[in-house]
Amino acid sequence: MNRLSLKTFTLLQTVTSVGLSALAWMVTGVRPIWSGSLPSDRQRIYFANHTSHGDFILLSACLSERERAITHAVAAGEYWGKSRLRRFIAQDMLSSVLINRQWTKPEENPIEIMLSVLDQGHSLILFPEGTRNMTEEPLLAFRSGLYNLSMARPQVELIPCWIENMSRVLPKGQFLPVPLLCRVVFGAPVAVGAGEERRAFLERAHATLLALNPRPERDD
Amino acid sequence: MRYDISILIIGLLAVLTTASTVAAILSARAPKPLSSTLVNLTQRINSWWVMVAMMTVAFFFGRYGMTILFALISFAALREFVTLTHTRRSDHWVLLGMFGIIIPFQYWLVWTAWYGLFVIFIPVYCFLLMPAITALHGDTERFLERIAAQQWAVMIAVYCVSHVPALLTLDVPGFEGRTLLLIAFLIIVVQGSDVLQYIFGKLFGKHRFSPNVSPSKTWEGLIGGLVSASLLGALLSFVTPFSPLQAAAVAFVACSMGFLGGLVASAIKRDQGVKDWGHLIEGHGGMMDRTDSLVFAAPVFFHIVRYFWTV
Repeated sequence: MNRLSLKTFTLLQTVTSVGLSALAWMVTGVRPIWSGSLPSDRQRIYFANHTSHGDFILLSACLSERERAITHAVAAGEYWGKSRLRRFIAQDMLSSVLINRQWTKPEENPIEIMLSVLDQGHSLILFPEGTRNMTEEPLLAFRSGLYNLSMARPQVELIPCWIENMSRVLPKGQFLPVPLLCRVVFGAPVAVGAGEERRAFLERAHATLLALNPRPERDD
Repeated sequence: MRYDISILIIGLLAVLTTASTVAAILSARAPKPLSSTLVNLTQRINSWWVMVAMMTVAFFFGRYGMTILFALISFAALREFVTLTHTRRSDHWVLLGMFGIIIPFQYWLVWTAWYGLFVIFIPVYCFLLMPAITALHGDTERFLERIAAQQWAVMIAVYCVSHVPALLTLDVPGFEGRTLLLIAFLIIVVQGSDVLQYIFGKLFGKHRFSPNVSPSKTWEGLIGGLVSASLLGALLSFVTPFSPLQAAAVAFVACSMGFLGGLVASAIKRDQGVKDWGHLIEGHGGMMDRTDSLVFAAPVFFHIVRYFWTV
């Protein structure tokens, strides 16, 4: 975080993001379906299902150059902060925001880190399942972060994004992707209702995201 | 050769320019907002410009250009086909092999003109080995459905498509060095037949050919398209080793196969509950939507030429 300038994309980040978007298109022909929301450089938290390392690449490939420059994926610090190389890839190339799920020091508080990014006017890509889904379930239960962020910054739009087919492109434990067509369905914004409880909101957001899956019978 | 190609290219440019002009006049006269048919027509014609440009570029790179172009077409078509089928995690290695081994190897066989293996590699060896690999993974859930769909995918998207550049390997006496023109002939009559069927269908279509499979195909479109495409074939006989009558007959067979290809592709899409295979080509749908007729026509055209015109 602290090493990372969130002002704009560096040249390295621009090249990486254009290159990865092109790669994503060549493998998956990825295409956005705007179903309830529209492209906008409004400040947003895109929250999506998570099955593979390619998910955020697909999602950001659907955003415009401008939006991509201010949108950061939230990634696990335990994994991406482990070595200098991983840290370089995650922070300097992909401009991700690293958070530690097992944090101890107050400056490592994930919510505070994410809020500080939002307070610079930037957007986030968040995987509220907290980890890659390696189960047969289509979508794991959400962690609280989405609720906490929305309560703290209610003006930021929460956009549910269903990433289709990535679990078939890169099934668990596999390294090489099978080229299959993927779509990212962007749904209508979700907001915490007046007096809505944490659990109720998270379940509603979960159901909203799940309902965006255009072909549920395809998943096995 | 140069003379033949110049006439073909000038002809294609004239047709596309006419089409764009007609679409522009129709759009200018039509009430706003434009009907979806008119918008789609303009998109289709614009995509035709791009496709003709790409084919022309590949044409000038000769065997390299054609082999690479059709390998890429196979890639796009296979990706669309596999996306629609039911796959499971245990299929991963078979699926990777379809893209990473079968496509390159089949086109290498085309490139080296190894006819004996080219015709049996997919229908014999892949047919037997792909389900064997799937069985070795031990996942029997919907087994027959999965292996059948994989077999179909490589037969259609790789095997059949690869017969187009394979025309370059044929040795037609008195036609040496001009086999690229066989590809031009096949593509122009088959795709021309699709366009002519569309036009005749839109203008005169009344009686549906097969309402359960494809509501847009009509008897009027079919007959008008096939007859006019056969005439087009006769007209193009100067770029082929065929006499005008032979060219019309070959074009008729190829376009009839093309029609059946479109029908089968529609049946598969119906079964899978989708309208188009994909969205690669604006106004047309996916790669498979544009190549379904060529896929059925190419192997038959290849074998007709090979049987009757080569030594």
